[in-house]
Amino acid sequence: MDNTRRKFLKLAGLTAAAGVGTTLLGSKAMASGGGGHAAPAHGGHAEVAPTGTRYGIVIDTGKFHDNPGLAQKCQDVCHSYHNVPDFGNPKDEIKWIWTDKFANVFPEHSHYRRDERLLSMDIIAMCNHCDNPPYVKACPTQATFKNADGAVMMDFHRCIGCRFCMAACPYGARSFNWRSPRGVDKEGHPFIKKYNQRFPSRMRGVVEKCSLCSWRTKKGKDPLCVEEACKTASDAMIFGDLNDKNSKIAKLLSSKFTIQRKPALGTHPSIFYII
Amino acid sequence: MVEKILKGNGLYWGWLSLLLMIMGAGAVSYLVQFNYGLGATGMSRDVTWGIYISQFTFLVGVAAGGLMLVLPYYLHDYKSFGRITILGEFMAIAAIVMCLMFIIADLGQPMRATNVLLHPSPRSMLFYDMIVLNGYLFLNVLCGAVVLVSEYKGIKYPNWIKPFIYLSIPWAISIHTVTAFLYSGLAGRHFWLTAVLAPRFLASAFAAGPALLLIIALIMERTAGFDVGRTAKNKLVTIIGYAAILNFFLLGCEIFTGYYSNMPGHMHTLDYLFFGLVDHSTGIMHNNLVPFMRAFVVMGFAGIALLFISRKAKSDAMLGTACVLIFVAFWIDKGLGLVLGGFVPSPMEHVVEYVPTVVEIGVALGVWATGFFVLTLLYKLVVVVKRRSEDLLEIN
Repeated sequence: MDNTRRKFLKLAGLTAAAGVGTTLLGSKAMASGGGGHAAPAHGGHAEVAPTGTRYGIVIDTGKFHDNPGLAQKCQDVCHSYHNVPDFGNPKDEIKWIWTDKFANVFPEHSHYRRDERLLSMDIIAMCNHCDNPPYVKACPTQATFKNADGAVMMDFHRCIGCRFCMAACPYGARSFNWRSPRGVDKEGHPFIKKYNQRFPSRMRGVVEKCSLCSWRTKKGKDPLCVEEACKTASDAMIFGDLNDKNSKIAKLLSSKFTIQRKPALGTHPSIFYII
Repeated sequence: MVEKILKGNGLYWGWLSLLLMIMGAGAVSYLVQFNYGLGATGMSRDVTWGIYISQFTFLVGVAAGGLMLVLPYYLHDYKSFGRITILGEFMAIAAIVMCLMFIIADLGQPMRATNVLLHPSPRSMLFYDMIVLNGYLFLNVLCGAVVLVSEYKGIKYPNWIKPFIYLSIPWAISIHTVTAFLYSGLAGRHFWLTAVLAPRFLASAFAAGPALLLIIALIMERTAGFDVGRTAKNKLVTIIGYAAILNFFLLGCEIFTGYYSNMPGHMHTLDYLFFGLVDHSTGIMHNNLVPFMRAFVVMGFAGIALLFISRKAKSDAMLGTACVLIFVAFWIDKGLGLVLGGFVPSPMEHVVEYVPTVVEIGVALGVWATGFFVLTLLYKLVVVVKRRSEDLLEIN
């Protein structure tokens, strides 16, 4: 238990150091996308030339619609593993993965005369692990940074809680610990229902978000939500390296029509949706 | 010379005691927040910055506004500002002190604030904001102190301070420009994502800063026998008036671009601020800030009109009222609407409104009181020194 925690911290430290290094060396050293800094050649929609690893997920929204409750299961498995507290009110809410309606997940897409099925769908929203995450440069302490595999990470121990990143994220993917997540409510129930000793809980006053389960993907495993979704409906979520053209996910992207959230902002989200 | 702040009449001590009481209440409020976390404020997952950051933004403007007194005097040798230029420099000091306190109050982990220095991030606008704000504080303390001490001794300030004074002029522009860049560089926040944000910040700063200064100077005229002079007042009317008009012009440009282009993202926040915005998933209308924003427009225009009338009528009462109107109006514009409005609608197009808590208001009032406490002591020194140097002149 302690060992895993130490490994995690070590990993976070190393990746943080890597983040500092790449900033000093300039954009070329950024493993998973010079696009992180350079202006895209053909407007915001154009993706940049693939370099290195860039993990991403394709979400098949139809499969979640056909299996009601599946998205909830994904959220439960993620939030319980990562010790995400439940304060029971929207003001203090912390969430790594959640659902919302089509009009809210894709506010810039038309929903004029769309069919009822689409409009009523609960669509999964989570961190997009953008290739060009706007808040990585906004953070004044480099507490949030990009991994070599493309995942956007948080160093909870360095964050000063200025919340500049939350203003900078165009997807509302980041949550703040407005109060201590390790506390209890008025009836004495802990906010973290069942404490998972294998993952650190956070302290109040820091920002947190989905880490694309980088502690699992490092070992070649799928993120928890992907694994959970596929238990019920195969390929409801597909995880893999977007830059490897032989990967399942890359082949899927070139054969199926998918959309990203707010592509016009030039953030290059790594989460794709089959509608 | 510093010991002079310990001599004052009952009004002076009464005012200082009042400020100390508010500061005490603010400190208690901050303790509550420190022990509980920022959840003690009205901020939420969707509105992540509240009155702390909006006061900070507004006060950077007040600090930069001091420029409008320094620049004519030192760069254009405008002698009539001789008595009040130092007031501008000292107001900047008090304003920056408040800015830094608001930043600390807003941090989730204030004990880690030095991480900004330990892990410098030259791609972050906050990094530059830290440099320019602390630099401006240093420049104003240095220039203000050297000039005042020279005057106390009855000599002209030394030549070596001049480069620092000249440097403080573009530096004042930089503090508000960088503060605007905190907002205007964020993709996905349409209301802030506009190139006129920095110019608009400067315009409202050059009106609100000198307006506050003039209000205080008028009070000092009555309570401390500090004479501003009619010429200086008239000049300030011109400065405040045109800067205020420029702020409204730039706001008009925003409104034109938003509504004529008909881009939903560009209209949403303007709708929310001036008319109210309906959350489409719940059908509920949200319009908390509408009365404030409408009051801003009415008070702003009334203030500008009264300002120019007061000059014709040579009425200090009208001048003071005009300055109060403009100051409060622009405080609503930038100290409320700009920051809070930018978070509506949320990235997922929900409308969540923010209402500050008692604790939060307590902390904010405490910071303001601290600023005025610093300002009072500094201005007390100015009055003492000015009187003494005038006495010296008479003797000679």
